[in-house]
This record gives sequence, C-alpha cells and structure tokens, in this order.
Amino acid sequence: MLNSSLIQLGDALRAKKISSVELTQTYLDRIATHNPVFNAYITVDAKTSLAQARAADALIASGQAQPLTGIPFAQKDIFCAKGWRTTCGSKMLADFIAPYDAHVIEQFNKAGAVNLGKTNMDEFAMGSSNETSYFGQVKNPWNQKAVPGGSSGGAASAVAARLCAAATGTDTGGSIRQPAALCGITGIKPTYGTVSRYGMIAFASSLDQAGPMARSAEDCALMLNVMTGYDERDSTSLQREKEDYSRDLNKPLAGLRIGLPREFFAEGLSADVGSCIQESIAEYRKLGATVVEISLPNTKLAVPVYYVLAPAEASSNLSRYDGVRYGHRADEYTDLADMYEKSRSQGFGEEVKRRIMIGTYVLSHGYYDAYYLQAQKIRRLIAQDFTDAFQHCDVIMGPTSPSTAFNLGEKGDDPVQMYLSDIYTIAVNLAGLPGMSIPCGTGRNDMPVGLQIIGNYFDEARMLNVAHQYQLATDWHTRCPEGF
Amino acid sequence: MSWEIVIGLEVHTQLSTNTKIFSGASTTYGAEPNTQADAVSIALPGVLPVLNKGAVERAVKFGLAVGAHIAPRSVFARKNYFYPDLPKGYQISQFDLPVVGMGSLKIQVEPLSGKAGSYEKVVRITRAHLEEDAGKSVHGASQGMTGVDLNRAGTPLLEIVSEPDMCSAAEAVAYAKTLHTLVRWIGISDGNMQEGSFRCDVNVSVRKPGEPLGTRREIKNLNSFKYMQQAIDYEVQWQIDTIESGGKIHQATILFNPDTGETRAMRSKEDAHDYRYFPDPDLLPLDITPEMLEAMRATLPELPEARRTRYVNELGLSAYDANSLTSSREMADYFDTVLASLAPSPQSSPASGRGGDRENQSSTLAKLCANWLIGELSAQLNRDGLDMAQCPVSTRQMSGMLVRIADNTISNAGGKDVFRTLWAEGGDADAIIEAKGLKQVSDSGAIEALVDEIIAAQADKVAEYRSGKDKLFGFFVGLAMKASKGKANPAQLNEVLLKKLAG
Repeated sequence: MLNSSLIQLGDALRAKKISSVELTQTYLDRIATHNPVFNAYITVDAKTSLAQARAADALIASGQAQPLTGIPFAQKDIFCAKGWRTTCGSKMLADFIAPYDAHVIEQFNKAGAVNLGKTNMDEFAMGSSNETSYFGQVKNPWNQKAVPGGSSGGAASAVAARLCAAATGTDTGGSIRQPAALCGITGIKPTYGTVSRYGMIAFASSLDQAGPMARSAEDCALMLNVMTGYDERDSTSLQREKEDYSRDLNKPLAGLRIGLPREFFAEGLSADVGSCIQESIAEYRKLGATVVEISLPNTKLAVPVYYVLAPAEASSNLSRYDGVRYGHRADEYTDLADMYEKSRSQGFGEEVKRRIMIGTYVLSHGYYDAYYLQAQKIRRLIAQDFTDAFQHCDVIMGPTSPSTAFNLGEKGDDPVQMYLSDIYTIAVNLAGLPGMSIPCGTGRNDMPVGLQIIGNYFDEARMLNVAHQYQLATDWHTRCPEGF
Repeated sequence: MSWEIVIGLEVHTQLSTNTKIFSGASTTYGAEPNTQADAVSIALPGVLPVLNKGAVERAVKFGLAVGAHIAPRSVFARKNYFYPDLPKGYQISQFDLPVVGMGSLKIQVEPLSGKAGSYEKVVRITRAHLEEDAGKSVHGASQGMTGVDLNRAGTPLLEIVSEPDMCSAAEAVAYAKTLHTLVRWIGISDGNMQEGSFRCDVNVSVRKPGEPLGTRREIKNLNSFKYMQQAIDYEVQWQIDTIESGGKIHQATILFNPDTGETRAMRSKEDAHDYRYFPDPDLLPLDITPEMLEAMRATLPELPEARRTRYVNELGLSAYDANSLTSSREMADYFDTVLASLAPSPQSSPASGRGGDRENQSSTLAKLCANWLIGELSAQLNRDGLDMAQCPVSTRQMSGMLVRIADNTISNAGGKDVFRTLWAEGGDADAIIEAKGLKQVSDSGAIEALVDEIIAAQADKVAEYRSGKDKLFGFFVGLAMKASKGKANPAQLNEVLLKKLAG
C-alpha cells in the first residue's frame, strides 16, 4: 500500500479494499513513529485528518468519489489552511492559526483529499537545506546525517519516507526540484501563474509557484489536475482552459529533441552527478530521443540576479510581520520603533534577516538602478536565452543540483555556497518556465541524483510524458530508503 | 520689492466605489472600528490584492474630464514604510507610471473680501494616480494605548497633483473648489470633506520676481477651504518674514492648527523616508484599452466648464451667476430643468430675425431663474443646513411659482411668500396664490381708478410734485400700493402714476 501509486490508491479506496480512515491512520501511525527522528512535519492533527477521512469514506460510499478522494496528502506549511496552525517555518508565525484556506488547500478539499499535516520548511521558504526552519532541521531518509534539501525539505522527506501518499511544495528558486532530487522523488514546478498563489505565504511573489512532490510523474500529473486552474483572487493567475496533465503520459518519445545546455555541465558539477545525468540521457536515446547541445549564455548571472530580485520582493512581502495585528510581538518594548525592532529581531531567523537586509539595500535610493533595475534587465535576457534554446529542442535536461545531498551543518556558515546549490534551478524561476526533477541514479554514498527537465511555457503535459516514459523504462523512482 | 507666491496642490480624493480598491470589503464611512477590515485589509499572510475596476473607471473618467493623457499602460508600485495603520508595511500606489498624465483645469478666481476683478486662469494638472488609503491610529483608545482601525485601509484614492501654477490663496482655493465640484459632478467621489473624502496638501514657496523657485514647505491634510486660505496666508507671511529677517526656509512638512491659525513643522526633509518604491509583483500592469476609454467618455456628463460657458454665451448670464449655478451638478441640473419648463425650447424657435426677441425673453427668464436659485433658494438651503439634493422644493414647484412671476400674476415679493410656503408646507404655487390672495392687479382700468382717487385726495402733494418735487413719486407709489393691498403690478402702477401725475 505504501508503494502504491495514487491511481492504485484511488482504485483501492473506491473498490473498498481499504477505507480512507484506515489509510489515514496508517500514515498517522508512521508519522508518530518516524517524525520524532525526521521532523518532516511541523503540525499533525490526527483528529481533523481522520474527520476528513470519514467524510471521504462517505463520499466514496455514495459513489461521488473523484480520483484523489480519500487519499492523504501532506501540505507544506506555507499554505494557509483554515483552523490549522500555519507557521511558514518561522517563530514569527509559530502561533498563527490560519482563518482561511489557500487556493491549493481548497482544491484538495474539493477533491475530497485528506490533509495529513503541515510539512517542515526553511523559514519563509528561504533556504536550500531546510536548516533555517524555526522548528528544527529535517533529516534525509536516505542518510540521517544529510540534508533533505529545501525549502520544501519536510515534503521531500515525508514523501521519500512514505509518511504521506504525496505532498505539495513551492518553488521560488528550486524549492521543489532540489529537495526532490536530494530525496530521490519526483517534483514539478509548473509555469508561473498556473497554480494560484492565493493563501500561499509570499516569499518572492514574481517567482513563487506551487507544485506537487510525489513518487512518480504519473502521480504528479494527477495532483496538477487538482491544483491548477484560474483563480480570480490572484491577479497573476493565468486564464487558461483547464487541461488534463495525464493525457500525454503514454506517448512514445521517438523524435523528442533534448537540449543539453553546455553551461550545466561545466565547472562546479560533481562527477558522480554528472555521470548519472549522462547515463539517463543515454536511456533517453534508447527511447528514441535525439540530443542537441544548446547554450544558455547567461546562466552564471542567474544566481546573482536572483539574489537581488528575490530579497527585494521578500523585504517588502515580510514587512507585514510587525507584531501589530498577529504573529510574534516582543514581551517588552519602550515605544513603537522598539516594538518593531524587538519583535522582528526575535521573530525572524538569521537567513530571513540577511535577505531582508539585502532586499532593503537593493531597493534603496541611489542603489535601485544599479541593482534592482539592472537585475530586471538581465532577468529578461535569461528568459530570452531559453526562448532561443527552445527553437532547437523540445525539452532541456541537466542536473537539478550540482551535488547529492550534503551533510547537515556543512554549508550552514557559508551562505554563498548554499546559494550556489540552486545554480541550475534558479534560471527557470526567473524565466517563469516549468521545471521538474526526477530520480535518475545514485551518486556518492548511494545518495539519490535528480535529473532536471525544463519545458517550454505551458508544456507540463509533455514534460510529464517525458518523465513518465523514463520511469516506465527505469526503476530509480521506485527505490525506497532502507527502513521505510 | 514685492514677493511672488508659488503654490501647488496635491489632493487626495476618495473614489465612490462600494468596495475597497484591492478587496471586496465595504467602504461605508462610520462603521464600528475594524468591522470593515477583511483578510486583505488586515494583510493576513498569503492574501493578494485584486484591483477594483470601478476605481480604475473613475480615475479614467477624471482624466478625460481634465483633458489629460490617459496612460495605455500604468504600473502599481509599493511604497514601503512601517506604521501601525499601514497593515502590509507598504502602500500600493502608482509611482513613475500613473494612470492619468498631464491635463488642466480652468478656474474662475473670485478675489477675496469683495474686491472687484474676477478672472479666469488655467491650472495645469501634472498627474493623477490611484492608490489605497491607510487605516487610522486612534491614540489613547484605551488606557494610554493606541488603537488601530483598519476600516479605511484600502479605500480607493485618486491623488491629483497640480503644477505650481497658483500664486495666491484665492487661486489655490478657487482651484480646490473647482476640483471639488468636478469630482462630484462627474460622480467619482462624494467629496465629503468632513469624512476625509477630499483632503488637500498645499505646497507653498515665495520668491522675488524673476528669481528661481524658493524652497517649499508642504501644509498637510487641509480639509476645509476656509482653513486652506488661512493656512496659506499665514504660511506665506511666515516665509516672507523669515527671509526678510535674514532666515532661510528649509523644506518641511507642516500642519495647520485651526485654533491658533498657525502652521508648525511636523518633520523636516532630513527625516524623510526612503520609500523604496518598486513595481508590485502581485499586480499586473494596468492596461486601458481604447474601448474602455471610449466607454468612459460616453458616460461623461456635460462638464461644469462647458455648462458655465453655455450659461454665459447662450443665456446671457453673468460670469458670477454662471459660476454659482455650476457650483454643483445638482444646482445646475435644477436650474436647467426649471428653465426648460419656463422658456420656449430652442428647437421651436424660428430661424428668422424674430429669434432675437426670443433670446431676450429667454435671457430674462434665465436671469429670473438664476436670481431665485442663487438668492432665495441657496439662502434657505444654507439656513436649514441642506444640500441641493435634499431641497424640499421640487423643480416643478419652483417653475410653477416662477412662471407666475414671469407672467406678472404675482410680484417678486409675492413670490417670496409663495416660496416660503412651498418650502415649509409644500403644495402648488397657483393654489397658494389663490389661497393667500397674492394675485396682483394688472387690470389697467382698476389701477387707473385707484390712481385717480389718490390724485384727487392729495391735491396739495400733487401740486408740489408738479412744481418739481420729484421725490414725492415714491410717496404716491406707497399710497397706491397700500390702497391695492400690495397687489398692484408695480411696473404698471409706475407707468399709470407717471402718466397721470404729469397731468
């Protein structure tokens, strides 16, 4: 049951081979056993989850089940869920009970899915190792000394350790793809604007995008069917026809043109990761794909541009956490300025403060043109690089992360090293393109390696097809860390 | 050598949408604190702004009314600063790309304190942009604490910025009044100054003619025209005195205290915020299509300026009368409706030379109507603290009364009697005239008989008059009026008396 696909689970539920309550209880028991070690969840609320499971069972009994009805999912703690504590991994919101549902949560609720709990994450999604969470580090199920990646580290860890059927994540610079790669699971960040950001706590609004994290491309497609769709409450949500992301899963890959950006295979890429990627490309050739070398000349600028734009937006997005209306407020203060200073100093962690400082600086009078405006210009060049590249190929492939999961504490005191672990994923967010990561082998110490697949705008169905065909031909995605 | 005064205005006018600019919360004034603060107004984690189309339409309408360039694409920006009544820690506004660009407004300046010489002037409008209002801090709300009321947070505002084209308090007040009339006229704001729907910031500087602009100080948040005039007068004098006594003006934001009549500095330029403006990534650029522009143009009524010109050119009214009648759309519409039922319709007037008579006639009626509206009606409204929309005398009632003055059935004095009754009790002019016996005597035979009697009875006085004591004419008029119990048609009476006294 723990290794069943979402389709199999749905079938089993509708065939009444198992009830949603039983399935939910199974996961809750596993969480009770493993979460004290792995810390993948910040909040679990068995009573609420089981109530949802009972409601799902009633729907199934009445013959009104949809594909995901009764299946338990883990929700990243960045999504507001009515009545649930929603912390965003921060002390600032440690006691914040959301009074409303995010669009994503609503969609899962409408589908009759069960919310198993809220997963751990880097504070306000700022991090690549889940080490900036106020609620403690998350362990990688493949190696307890290693990070799960971030910021959706709790989600990746929970999926890999079979502590949920699948999970949601969000991706601002790689926060779905990098932890998916490091934990050996499949995750997709859709085209910007595909999933409504309503109720998703903002980090960098022009880059944030929610997506599924699961054990296969097939599962991701089912979840995308539920998560996507126009939402008038998010002005950046795109008005497009609802599509079935599963429709092309079984198309053969003959004639597929894969672009390999030479900049993704240069200095900085670990040899073990590099060889896994090459082997997976060889597998794609066997499946009938052709390979072309392409260039994304501005790749090296992606990280610096990102670390101007994302902090700029974040510095403003996080201004609302001032201790006035909700969230952490210092116990003692002398006046208004002192209240702001103390509440925010106490409520935010180091990485968040660092980015607020950077963002405030680059937007300041006299620096705006040199940093913010300049970065916006380069952002357009980066997007243009991809547009040019897609003249020559259908999808772009490369590593998701330059190395396998690094050890907890290894990069903690060197933010720049940490930032560079997102070097292959960040450009995709800057361009607003869809990107995904699928397991494609193991590197040093048998740790998982992720293959990144980048598609053109709105080409998710094709990317899922490309990933699914690989997963039919290989078994990397079915591997489970020992002990789970 | 004299000083030149330079004044520019920034006016925040609240747009009359039912809901806030970026959420569905109500904008109704005066509700219990925080009962109109929804998730967006409180800035809960994860909420997003969605632009209210009604606010955009109103901004575009304003732009068209002042002949401004409407930006086909404008951008919302975040103005970042911390304050408890600013829930997001930034205000969504427009910065380098506002929706309304350069336009202009023609104003009629009435010099203060009854001096002669009313004149016209064109004030350029630099820009107008959409933004959200902040909430309200209520100091001392409970035991030394400050409360925050977010009902107003997110209320749509149009900030209208003028060029520094005004050079006296009179011009600044005339501009503000004209703008105030305009925003209500085109229906984009209720302009309620007590409720803060129309707030003016006034930038003032002084210089010697020919010299570069002086340093300006900005008087914040004036919400009455009277205070505006007082504040400017005080500030101008203060700046002149300061410079003449060897001091320097430093850029500052100042407040006017209506109790003392003085201005005082609130903060200097040195404490000015760095607002770190940048485009709001939660909102798409605002595109105004040519179709929307045309649709908005079609909803624009005849503007006050056009109405004023028409009153002067076509009805022969004075600039002062035309200005007074167009002080609000309700007043102007009332006037038009009443006049239409009195005067022959222009369509029916023949194209022949006799049109001139008709014009004279309609001009006389217009003048009669204007006098009544500007005089008796406005005075009565003032006395009862009502505005035009609440006027108890309908246009039908008003024209029913005026038509009887115009056709000499009653005198102007009789009209006042009828009007007071209409105001207090309602009813119909003809019935009131009948009931009160106000019909004036226009029967020439009756008037002649009456005059003959008086002449016969006052032989001495008649002799005196005929020997050159013209002043006695009034005495005879008085006697005759008294004898007619005030009902004689005054013009006719005068005529008959003149003729008969001449012998």
